[in-house]
Amino acid sequence: MTYIRHIEHENIVHRCFRCGYCKFPTDYSDFNCPSYKAFGWDTYSPGGRMWLTRAWLAGEIETSERFAEIMFSCVGCDNCKDQCVFPKFKDFLPEIFQETRAELVNEGRVPPGVRDYFKAIAVSGNPYKLPQSERGKWAEGTGLQPYTNQEYLFYAGCVGSYDEVGQKMAKSVGNLLAQSGISVGILGNKETCDGNEVRAMGEMGLFAQLAQANIEKFKAKGVKKIITLDPHALHVFKKDYPALGGKFKVLHYTEMLAELIKKKKIKLKSYPVTITYHDPCYLGRHQQIYKVPREILKVIPKAELSEMRRHGPDAFCCGGGGGNFFTDILGTAEDSASRVRVREAVDTGAQIIAVACPNCAKMLSDAVKMEQLEDRIEVLGIAEILERARK
Amino acid sequence: MSDILKSLIEIVGEKGVSNAPEELWFYSRDPGVLAPHKPDYVVAPKTTEEVQKIVQLACRENIPVVPMGNGMSLAGLVIPLKGGIVLDMKRMNKILEVNPMARYVVVEGGTSQGVLKAYLQKNHPTLRHSIPDAPSATTIAANVSLHGQGRLTNQYGFNSDMVTGLEVVLPTGEICRIGSPSIGPYWISKGPTLPDLSGLFLGWLGCTGIITKVGLKLYPNKKIRDAELFVTDRVDLIPHILYKLTHLEMLEDINVWFQPKPLMFLGNYHITIFFTGDTEEEVEFKRKMVWDCLQEYMDSKDGGFMSIQYMKPLLLEMPGRNIADFADVPKGGGFEYSGPIAPIEHFPQYAAKVIELAAKYNVLYASTARLISGGHCMMYSISFAFNRNDPAMMERVEQALTEATAFALDMGGIPWKPNFKEQKMTLERMEPNARKLLLMIKKNLDPQGIMNPGNWEVNP
Repeated sequence: MTYIRHIEHENIVHRCFRCGYCKFPTDYSDFNCPSYKAFGWDTYSPGGRMWLTRAWLAGEIETSERFAEIMFSCVGCDNCKDQCVFPKFKDFLPEIFQETRAELVNEGRVPPGVRDYFKAIAVSGNPYKLPQSERGKWAEGTGLQPYTNQEYLFYAGCVGSYDEVGQKMAKSVGNLLAQSGISVGILGNKETCDGNEVRAMGEMGLFAQLAQANIEKFKAKGVKKIITLDPHALHVFKKDYPALGGKFKVLHYTEMLAELIKKKKIKLKSYPVTITYHDPCYLGRHQQIYKVPREILKVIPKAELSEMRRHGPDAFCCGGGGGNFFTDILGTAEDSASRVRVREAVDTGAQIIAVACPNCAKMLSDAVKMEQLEDRIEVLGIAEILERARK
Repeated sequence: MSDILKSLIEIVGEKGVSNAPEELWFYSRDPGVLAPHKPDYVVAPKTTEEVQKIVQLACRENIPVVPMGNGMSLAGLVIPLKGGIVLDMKRMNKILEVNPMARYVVVEGGTSQGVLKAYLQKNHPTLRHSIPDAPSATTIAANVSLHGQGRLTNQYGFNSDMVTGLEVVLPTGEICRIGSPSIGPYWISKGPTLPDLSGLFLGWLGCTGIITKVGLKLYPNKKIRDAELFVTDRVDLIPHILYKLTHLEMLEDINVWFQPKPLMFLGNYHITIFFTGDTEEEVEFKRKMVWDCLQEYMDSKDGGFMSIQYMKPLLLEMPGRNIADFADVPKGGGFEYSGPIAPIEHFPQYAAKVIELAAKYNVLYASTARLISGGHCMMYSISFAFNRNDPAMMERVEQALTEATAFALDMGGIPWKPNFKEQKMTLERMEPNARKLLLMIKKNLDPQGIMNPGNWEVNP
């Protein structure tokens, strides 16, 4: 069957010069595109994707497993958008890649891991294929109550709800929120997937369904303010839900914790440790939140913050964005993003990699094991670090 | 699976070889106007030994081999004109040694300009290399193999003049060190006082071997860099101004540029003068010398210094990221240039030719000249932008560039990184015995003609 391919921004794809600035951070110290770093072919770089997309739209190359792998190996980290030297169209690069993936979804030609992810979400409501009834178990013992018109809804997301590392992170945030006395509730087993990764991977129909269901649920329950564990959820709630009628005040949990520390609702003791902070792409480059997590870490008495060479807007992704957390297209070889990142973290001399995203927490925790660095560094969510500093 | 593919996988592993349509399509072209030609394989080695085994295989099987850095010459120099293997060298990107006292660095053949810059900034902040205006992903080995220029070219010559030694894999598969590293552990000289064998590889565009290691001179990285911009509408004065500036013998770099867009630049010739110092006093002294040197042109109202308060960060950036912007002026993703090396006295004729060609072929121009070795010559860039979705415009740019190269040759200039057509034009004009010598060298080094065939091909 021959498909007539079309993407919204196809009038831009020919304007890429494939100069390669998009592969780097600002200081050029290493390749900052996770898929290029992992695969090492120019085709897996943003410029490669632009040129191949053009060829594919023009029928010069056909849809293939490799073409799909190239497109779905993009982690949506937005480094290319920030580094591209063409101001007139740089902002559209991530959208072009997302639209190409959506077109591949329309053709039904996606990598098996992507297909399985969509199926799991569609059937089970979560990528782990676990029962909905188990979604709220992470909150047991935190003191968090079901949402019944409290001021804030705390949204844990799929990773925070089901993944062991994510659950630890969610629990710590839950503990701090509950103990600080703010009015907050959770949806527990009524919570459903936010759809950020579904959208990133181009299943627009499923995304619309998830988003609309969430919006209706939030509205029906009177939700006005949401605190998210996951920057991916933060991003989609802030960027994509409003266009579908879902306008809420959305905060990342670090923003809430910073506020609580300022108001002295969280008091910290001395915790002499060196910490390096890994910026999650969806919190940093996507939402421009760089200072808040650092401000929290800096107020811990005797804790020292030691930055990695690539940090802030130049941070190297953990490799878990754009759905790769679930599809694992980047793999776990030596040059996979998460392993590169933990080696970079160890170079700072830190004992802790602080993270603000459950996806990053899981990716980096696994990488620490793979690099056999467990005796030198551990990965902890910011709330987990605060819990230690309270003891 | 073919036997050749199996053999390549045995050498570099499955992740180091591709004959997938996606890689074959991408590596068949560069961002310039020349037509693509597909390779049969793209191979990404990680070690010199892997390169050696690939070349030995290519030799046995008589397969062309085209070494490639970032593929940004824009002149189609890594388009595999006769198919075969494209060697993507970028996985060989280690910085092997910095000798800070002798001021040199040794890098692998796929190390990028950007990575070396970042490495020196972090580990040896008092040292720098001559950064070209090409994107940061371009490689050092590719740059010297095409006689690239950079920020220190006015002071120290072509970037290839800054080479302090090479390791190459010859077309017959031997690994060979060139210069002082062929004798001992120090990478301090590419040739002198020995017979300078580096000339067998530098400027040959990969036609005589594959550079797997480069020794490169480093230079003092002064604490302060600054620039001034002198503007005149009298093109006839440019050679004199450049002569006076180079007489100062204290400037980092001198570029002359003119372009019709934005309109504020139309009709003027801009000379960007870069200088450095370790103290404000040193910088201000150099600034005063520059101003004094050009005072007569201000007195005669033929020119003046332009305020660059807002442009300065862009001017001082290395590499100049905004240079790529030219590709998007026609909203089309491309530009290409002819870059003849010419005497500075010919600047007015070249400038007139650029404008004439742009009008004749209905294309957009930008032009920049960079002084080389204190003014012995200049690289004169004749650049035309194009829209990649407009084949007719690309054809016009190609014709304009060919005519520009013919003009440069008529003027006694020599083309820089000529494409295969311009190489033929150059060889036709070359003194017969020089051409014969090129042929002798090529035939002896590459008897099967497998290295980047189609380039620097001399007919007997």
